[in-house]
Amino acid sequence: MPKTKKDKQGHRDQADLHRSLLRTALLIRRFEEKTAEMYALAKIAGFCHLYIGEEAVAVGAIGAAREDDYVITTYRDHGHALARGVEPKRIMAELFGKATGVSKGKGGSMHLFDVSRHFMGGHGIVGGHIALATGMGFAIKYEKRDQVVLCFFGEGAVPTGAFHESLNLAALWRLPVVYICENNRFGMGTPVERSSALYDIAHVARAYDMPFHHLDGMDILESYKHMSQIIKGVRSAKRPIFVEAQTYRYMGHSMSDPAHGHYRTKEEIDAQKSRDPIQQLKQHLLEEKQIDEKAIRLMEEEIDGIVQDAVKFADESPDPPLSSLMDDVYVD
Amino acid sequence: MPILAYREALNQAMSEEMRKDPSIFLMGEEVGFYDGAFKVSKGMLKEFGPMRVVDTPITEAGFTGVGVGAAMVGLRPIIEMMTFNFAILGLDQIINNATKLHSMSGGQLKVPMVFRGPNGSAKRLASQHSQSLESLYCHIPGLKAIAPSTPKDAKGLLKSAIRDNNPVICFEAQALYGTKGEVPDGEYTIPIGKADIKREGKDVTLIAWSKMLLLCLQTADFLAKEGIDAEVVDPRTLRPLDMETILESVKKTHRVVIVEEAWPYGGVSAQISDRIYYGGLDDLDAPIERVCGEDCPIPYAKNLEEAALPSSEKIIAAVKKVLYLK
Repeated sequence: MPKTKKDKQGHRDQADLHRSLLRTALLIRRFEEKTAEMYALAKIAGFCHLYIGEEAVAVGAIGAAREDDYVITTYRDHGHALARGVEPKRIMAELFGKATGVSKGKGGSMHLFDVSRHFMGGHGIVGGHIALATGMGFAIKYEKRDQVVLCFFGEGAVPTGAFHESLNLAALWRLPVVYICENNRFGMGTPVERSSALYDIAHVARAYDMPFHHLDGMDILESYKHMSQIIKGVRSAKRPIFVEAQTYRYMGHSMSDPAHGHYRTKEEIDAQKSRDPIQQLKQHLLEEKQIDEKAIRLMEEEIDGIVQDAVKFADESPDPPLSSLMDDVYVD
Repeated sequence: MPILAYREALNQAMSEEMRKDPSIFLMGEEVGFYDGAFKVSKGMLKEFGPMRVVDTPITEAGFTGVGVGAAMVGLRPIIEMMTFNFAILGLDQIINNATKLHSMSGGQLKVPMVFRGPNGSAKRLASQHSQSLESLYCHIPGLKAIAPSTPKDAKGLLKSAIRDNNPVICFEAQALYGTKGEVPDGEYTIPIGKADIKREGKDVTLIAWSKMLLLCLQTADFLAKEGIDAEVVDPRTLRPLDMETILESVKKTHRVVIVEEAWPYGGVSAQISDRIYYGGLDDLDAPIERVCGEDCPIPYAKNLEEAALPSSEKIIAAVKKVLYLK
C-alpha cells in the first residue's frame, strides 16, 4: 500500500493500522482501570462490569467493521463503545450518572448507546439482545442494504432460548449477522464446564447449519485479521456466521465480585495475564520496528490525558435535572 | 356504510397502511401462506409478498425480538401473536427491550411497532388458551394498549397504533373476529386514548372493552326491560385511559359497574376504579362494583367455564347492587 494513500479506516499503512489498534486497546485498558478507581471512590455505582483482559475481541472485530455496520453488546460494554469511537468523556459521564452522559444518565454502565455511531447498546438481560441483533439483520435484508451486524455476547448466553431462536431465524432467513461469543470461561462464577453440554461452544452453530470460527481472543492482530475476513464474507455471502473468541477477564464478574478466591485461583489469572493482549501487541510492534519505546510512552501519556479529561468532564457535569424523570418514556 | 367483519376491518387497516409506507411489515406464525390462523391477514401475502408478510417458525421470543430489533433501526413491524397466551414467551422482548430502549438510551432509540392478536377465552379452550392478560401489559410504562370492540374501532385504532412511534399492544378476541358492523368508507383513524359512549343512559354506567363491551350492550337491553337505563362506556384504549369521558359519565349516573373478563386481582378494572374514586368520589352514590373473571384458571367443562366468566346475570346483579335494588 503506498504510504500516501489511506485505507477506508484512515490508516496510511500496516504499521499505522497496528499502532491504531494498540492505541484503542490501551485506551480501553486505562479507561477501565480509572473506572475501577472511580467506583472505589463511589463516583460510579450500580452494576459495573469491566472488560480488562478481553480487549482483543472488541478492538479486532470493531476495528475490522465498517463505520455503518451495527454493533450491539451486553452490559460489559465500555470496551465496545470505546472501540466504536464513542467519546470517552461522554461514557465516563454516563458512568457517573450525569446529564452529559451518552444516555443522559438514564442508562449507566450497562446501557451505553450512541446511535449516531451505530452503537446499539449495552443490554442487561443475558441473551435478550441477540434477538435484537437478528432483527437489525432482518432490517438490513429488508431494505437491501449491505451492512452487517456485530453481536457480542458471553458464553453464558449460549444456553438461553433467545440465543437459539435467533440463530435459527438468522440461518433460516440468511441474515447478515456476525454472532461473536466472547468465551471468557465464566458466566459470573460458573465455569463453562458446568453450564454448557457442549465443550466446544462453536459447534453449537452446527445445529443451525451455520459456519463457525474459533478465534484467539487474546491476540489483537489475529482478531483483527480474522474478523476482517469474516465480516467481508458475511457482507458478500449475506448469511450469518458464528465466532467463538476464547478470551479471559482479569477482573471479577462485576465490581462486587472479587477477581479470584471463590471460583478461580490467582494462579489461573496470572497464567492468563502472561498472554496479555496489549503486552503481546506492544512486543510485536517493537520487534517489527513499527513503534519504539518513546512512541509508546507518548501514546500512553496521550491516553492518560484523555482519561483524566473524561473524569474531569464527568465530575464537573450536572446531574440530570429532576424535570427529566418523565422524559423519553414515550415518544411524543 | 359498508358492513365488515372485525377481522376484515383489521385486515384493511394493515393493508391500507402497508400500501402507503414500505417500512411496515407483518410477521408471525401462519400470517402468510396459511392466510392467518384466524384469517385476519387473508390475501396479504399475495398482495405484499413474503418479505412483508413474514411467516415465522414457532419462536415467539425470536420473532418478537426480531421485530424490536428491526424497529430500532427504522422499520415499523406489526407482530401478530397467534394468541396472547403464546406472547408470554416473547414477553422478555416486550418488557425488557421494547419498553426500555427509548428511555434507557436517553431518547436516541425509538421502537415504533404493534403487537396484536387475540386475548381472552374462546369457548372450551381450557386454562392455557383462555387467559385475558391485558393488565400485565398495562402495568408497563412505555407501552400503549388498545382493545377495540367493534369493526369500526378496530380499523381506526389499529391504524393509529401502526402510525404511533411507541410500542402498542392491540388486544383482539377470537369471539370478535366474526362480528360485523358498519365501517366508514375511505380514510379515517380513531385516536389512541379516546373513550366512546356506546350507549347513552342515565341510571348506571357500565364500563367494558373488547368482547365484554358486547356483553354489556346486550345486558343493557335486558336492564332496559326492567326499567333501568344503563350507559355503556367503552374506554377503547386501556393505556392511556380517557378518564375525562369516564368521569363525565359517572357525574351523570352516579353509579358504576366495571366488567372485565380477566382476573380481579390487580386488574385493569381495579385501576379504573381507583381513578374514579380519586377523581369522582363526590359523584358516586354507591361503591363501584367490579364484575371480573373468577380468580381461578379457566376450566374446560362447559358449566365450569361459564361459571368462571362474567355473564349478564352477574352484571345485572351488580347493577342492582349499586342501585340498592333487591
